[in-house]
Amino acid sequence: MAFRRGAVLTRYGGGEGRGDRHRGPPQAENAEREHPLGKVVLVTGVARQLGGRFVRRILRDPDVDRVVGVDALPPAHHLGGADFVRIDIRQPAIAGVLAEYGVDTVVHLDVSGIPLLPRGSRAAVKETNVIGTMQLLGACQKTPSVRRLVVKSSTNVYGSSPRDPAVFTETMVPKALPGGGFAKDIVEVEGYVRGFARRRPDVAVTVLRFANILGPSADTPLAEYFRLPVLPTVLGYDPRLQFVHGDDVVEVLRLASGEPRRGTLNAGTFNIAGDGVLLLSQAARRLGKPTLPLLLPAIRWTGTALRSVGVTDFSAEQIRLLTHGRVVETTQMREVFGFEPKHTTAETFADFARSHGPGLLPPEKLAHAVDRFEEVVRHG
Amino acid sequence: MADAKVIPFDDDRSRGAARAARGRSTGSRRRTGEDGRPSPPSALEGGQTPLAAVPEPEPAPGADEDSGARARGVEAPSEGGAPRSDGGDDWDRRIAAGLAFLRRRITGEYEVDEFGYDAELTEQVLLSLLRPLYEKYFRVEVLGIENIPSEGGALVVANHSGTLPLDALMLQVAVHDHHPARRALRLLAADLVFVLPVVSELARKAGHTLACAEDAQRLLERGEIVGVMPEGFKGLGKPFSERYKLQRFGRGGFVSTALQAGVPIVPCSIVGAEEIYPMVGNLKTPARLLGLPYFPVTPTFPLLGPLGMLPLPTKWTIQFGEPIPMDDYPPEAVEDPMLMFNLTDQVRETIQHTLYRLLVRRRSVFF
Repeated sequence: MAFRRGAVLTRYGGGEGRGDRHRGPPQAENAEREHPLGKVVLVTGVARQLGGRFVRRILRDPDVDRVVGVDALPPAHHLGGADFVRIDIRQPAIAGVLAEYGVDTVVHLDVSGIPLLPRGSRAAVKETNVIGTMQLLGACQKTPSVRRLVVKSSTNVYGSSPRDPAVFTETMVPKALPGGGFAKDIVEVEGYVRGFARRRPDVAVTVLRFANILGPSADTPLAEYFRLPVLPTVLGYDPRLQFVHGDDVVEVLRLASGEPRRGTLNAGTFNIAGDGVLLLSQAARRLGKPTLPLLLPAIRWTGTALRSVGVTDFSAEQIRLLTHGRVVETTQMREVFGFEPKHTTAETFADFARSHGPGLLPPEKLAHAVDRFEEVVRHG
Repeated sequence: MADAKVIPFDDDRSRGAARAARGRSTGSRRRTGEDGRPSPPSALEGGQTPLAAVPEPEPAPGADEDSGARARGVEAPSEGGAPRSDGGDDWDRRIAAGLAFLRRRITGEYEVDEFGYDAELTEQVLLSLLRPLYEKYFRVEVLGIENIPSEGGALVVANHSGTLPLDALMLQVAVHDHHPARRALRLLAADLVFVLPVVSELARKAGHTLACAEDAQRLLERGEIVGVMPEGFKGLGKPFSERYKLQRFGRGGFVSTALQAGVPIVPCSIVGAEEIYPMVGNLKTPARLLGLPYFPVTPTFPLLGPLGMLPLPTKWTIQFGEPIPMDDYPPEAVEDPMLMFNLTDQVRETIQHTLYRLLVRRRSVFF
């Protein structure tokens, strides 16, 4: 159990014979819970905030013996003693890493809407999302020790349109499949994951469709949007948004990467979102940000302008989300997966707002102004 | 054919009764609405009584919670309809309530449900804007409101007419204002509503959602009153010559949804909406260019431009029929197309017959 070394760059070897010891049938292995080996978890995308947090969290798990973090770039944050292997998952070499460490649980977090580096290109992100997933799944298929696969997906898979039901369940397919962008990546990634699950029925596959992740340290397109001093909105639409807190995301990933608890099932596809819904106008007011309603063509132009100066990702998909919104049902998450998020959508947003500092129109000041006005009216 | 009974209500009496009930029920709802804080009913009453004495003592700027509670207690009487006390007090309360409302709105401290229904905005603003149209312009008479259950779900199925869906909005006001439990009607709307800017925003906030089985079922299972007009655009945009002739009721999907949710269907007939914009023609080319299902020509529109959009001040009657229970069918009855067709026909016939009866009873289109 003493494998927790400091972060080692490009470490190979040291995992001899692990694959053999994992050959036994999984049921037998699960039955003897105190087997000497523990789990070996491989996490992709650890250079991102979420990956780093998840690695640090899962290292504290008593069941987990060893954590291998993988990314194309070295992380700026520490990984709490997990092994780091610098490898691009688009390369077939990932299969070697899986075999050498005798990995039994793969947590694929390297599916993301925005580039890691501020100037990264969208094409590279798409490649990592789609080709990276294909390579990783191919490698998993060839590695017999792999018993569990957790994939970070997104509710973007449902798209946003005025012709879809107000609340999406896991089984719904959107009326119009996304034509491009991150949503299309996600649809393709999930397609490959389904194919993998068919070919390796012995692997427990969990697909977690996260709503917009927000939190003090979340690096998502929507978080970037809310950091703008003035929020451009689409004139005449007030989308419904749902958020999930970074802490809850880490906790869900931890539950999904372990054995299911009694009475729950953690393989399958689950929507993960905080309770409740916030309208964009409501969110802007709680954040204290003025909004700038623009006509749809104007907002596209603004988006291009913002993107060209590198401020934020304002893709067509993001604009659709800000037009029609998206809400998912989380009954499966509660009743089958057995997870209750600690933060509601509103609390998640409040937490984000706190970490973010006051906007131009802080709600406290507005409330105070109303109180002052009331006083003046009452007493002349 | 189980015909709905026509219950002739004296107009004044029914409204008065509804109003009294409204005052009562609002109070009780506010009380129960305060979930999480199980305060005894007297607590709010207590919060309300010092109000009479409020004008002189200054509200301390720090006492935010106190003023919030006061405002909440005050909303009900200031909203209109309830007995009002002497002028100064009343104005003071109105100002307090208005400012509390304003404070909540500009700080974003209000709740919406997963469909985007903003109960506070709907009750305080949107319905208040529709009410003059409802009470003064169309002078809507409501019959058989007791056929809508006080709790639990129900599917209100109504005829659709009038070129613009004003009938749906008036139905929403009718259910809210006349029902003793002041129930919110959640309307199912065509996807065009959610494509159009502004309209989509307001529709969501008023509690409307897309007319699809998933949304309808979700609402019904939550115990909401759902309103649907199965004729859709066929009913809304039919020529004036075919007034009060029900169009095809779609594929009858509403019956299977109600059956699956185990809620009764309340047939509803609306008389008066057909004549607000007598549609004498339909310009196909502009309709296709604008992506609309039809482009109406009425005697005044587009001839008089925006002035032609003024609806005719017809006198309306909304009659709710006896509920058709759905819970005595087994769930697998949904698989029986014959039964679904029969139930659809039963609902359609009920509405059609009630329409004819109301038309016979009607003295004139405008009075």
